Amino acid sequence: MLYREAGDFKTTYASDNQTFPIRFDRYGYYLVLAVAFLVVPMFINDYWANSIVVPFLIYAIAALGLNILIGYCGQLSLGTGAFMAVGAYACYKLMVGMPGLNIVFVILLAGLVTAAVGVLFGLPSLRIKGFYLAVATLAAQFFLIWLFTRTPWFFNYSPTGMISAPTRSIFGYPVTGPSASSVTVYLVCLTFVVALAWLARNLTRGTLGRRWMAIRDMDIAAEIIGVNPLMAKLSAFAVSSFLVGVSGALFFSVYLGAAEAGEAFGIDKSFLVLFMVIIGGLGSILGSFLGAAFLVVGPVLLKLLLVNQFGWSTDLAAHLEIMIVGALILVFLILEPHGLAALWRTIKDKLRLWPFPH
Amino acid sequence: MPDTLLFAMEAALNGLTAGIMYALVALGFVLIFKASGIFNFSQGVMALFAALTLVGFQNGQIPFAHLINAVLGTRIHYFGWNMPTLLAIPATVAVMILFAWLVERIVLKHLVNQEPIILFMATIGLAYFLEGLGDLMWGAEVKRLDVGIPQGMSGAVDDLTFGWFGYGFYLDTLDLYALGIAAVLVTVLVLFSQFTKEGRALRAVADDHQAALSVGISLRFIWVLTWSIAGIVALVAGIMWGAKSGVQFSLSLIALKALPVLILGGFTSIPGAIVGGLIIGVGEKLFDFFMQPFIGGATENWFAYMLALAFLLFRPQGLFGEKIIERV
Repeated sequence: MLYREAGDFKTTYASDNQTFPIRFDRYGYYLVLAVAFLVVPMFINDYWANSIVVPFLIYAIAALGLNILIGYCGQLSLGTGAFMAVGAYACYKLMVGMPGLNIVFVILLAGLVTAAVGVLFGLPSLRIKGFYLAVATLAAQFFLIWLFTRTPWFFNYSPTGMISAPTRSIFGYPVTGPSASSVTVYLVCLTFVVALAWLARNLTRGTLGRRWMAIRDMDIAAEIIGVNPLMAKLSAFAVSSFLVGVSGALFFSVYLGAAEAGEAFGIDKSFLVLFMVIIGGLGSILGSFLGAAFLVVGPVLLKLLLVNQFGWSTDLAAHLEIMIVGALILVFLILEPHGLAALWRTIKDKLRLWPFPH
Repeated sequence: MPDTLLFAMEAALNGLTAGIMYALVALGFVLIFKASGIFNFSQGVMALFAALTLVGFQNGQIPFAHLINAVLGTRIHYFGWNMPTLLAIPATVAVMILFAWLVERIVLKHLVNQEPIILFMATIGLAYFLEGLGDLMWGAEVKRLDVGIPQGMSGAVDDLTFGWFGYGFYLDTLDLYALGIAAVLVTVLVLFSQFTKEGRALRAVADDHQAALSVGISLRFIWVLTWSIAGIVALVAGIMWGAKSGVQFSLSLIALKALPVLILGGFTSIPGAIVGGLIIGVGEKLFDFFMQPFIGGATENWFAYMLALAFLLFRPQGLFGEKIIERV
């Protein structure tokens, strides 16, 4: 039957703890994965890949990372854009410095570099919190972007100050550079998203995730029951920055192809990812995806509607978009502070009892 | 006197005037933070919005002209009259008060008792909303703002310093006026909060919400009041910045500069906002002046934040703030 737990007997701890306890959900998840990996690549074209699907996948990784920091560990960060830039520049330097290294490892290494930088800028969180910490991360945002635009070593003394990704391939298919096809780009991003979401989900429901949540809910109580705040906070910064760094590396190498720190990774990127997390739902893996989808697809739809349908000018549509995003933030914070993910949860609860609610 | 020292002094002087501008924005932050514990991120955008509205009134622009034109296919832009500045300023103040009332009505009322971080994020949303609204209402192009304050190099300062050092300092007349206006503004605010009934109520709310409620102070009125005052302070800041560099989006970025100012001065202290602003202003100009040969220019972008970061590690409550910060 649709969405029923009846007949779904659990005989092991593993099945009791699984992510999708309801069979319908589980098969739905497998179906989504199968469609994403097998069906979508057959139909995807450049327009869909470049304007919706690939940005959605990349932002989903960034939102996952920020959600771990804000939603799970309760540390506010406004430096996401800069950490994405660290990932991008690390990726570029590694690509150029080690041409033989496979791009997958380059991107993962870029994530590790970002994790190290993230831990460094996470150090103030051991002494301060709340918006004091927000200011500290703001310092990271402005300092790192300044560093990347002012130090020629980072962009290999290129006269434009831009970094551009050379062609690299996996199994003979180019992934970066101008000759990469949208199907390979899509599949690479999708693989990263699935792997990292799996990682995030399993980290957050394990020991580490419970430590983060204990710190988020009440740091003093957490310390008393034996959670080491130093380790918990810094590990949250490390994991979060790793994810954000990977998304930055993908954003630069696979999606943009060429980037300049101030333009591609400015403070508005930080806010965009923060909004994704808020709208999607703080402290929810699914929420990161929903938020990213909402804020990537929403503007495209709005633009299609206003510019192509009604013939408005683009800047007018852009202003309306900013206004709507701001209003949505307020609406979500007031009506549903746990975001789209909470809406989905409510729908699920209703579905379980449908059609005979008691 | 060696030239370097003179140049450094000139840089410091200009930093001082930039600091006044930061302080003006920081002042609005402090007022709202004291009264409601809300860290109002939208203060900078409020300044932008106020300045846009003032220019719009002055030039007789029709609000939402572009939107109306796009929807109805008309071609209207101006009413065809210019409002005198003396009339436009009170009209803008009225708009800011209306805005404060709406914020309380629509947003704050529903967020009472939420965590500070939720309120902070709500003001980020508010900032975005207001930015879009301002652009939609008055158009996004850079506008000139002229309220009759003289601009350009101040001859008196030039002559005076030339007489002293044999080198005339460059100082904008506008900055001198800004200095005076900031001083007047702070004096008025202090007098208001010390000697009027509403000012006392405001301080009572700042001290303890529940105690204030129990002696019959209306919390919601006080919130409208503080947001209105913050709106007026934003208008003053908007006028000064707008007259200096035109009314444009970068105006709202000074809000971010006000954050380190607050960390330095303390979140709850009005004199702290002023002193913090001056320190940041002078500090970043001097740092840029002395470090430019070594690490390159444009350090103003991050110096303030790094200074604030260093401050946070050693004196988290700021120079004048109360020791309420929670150590982890």
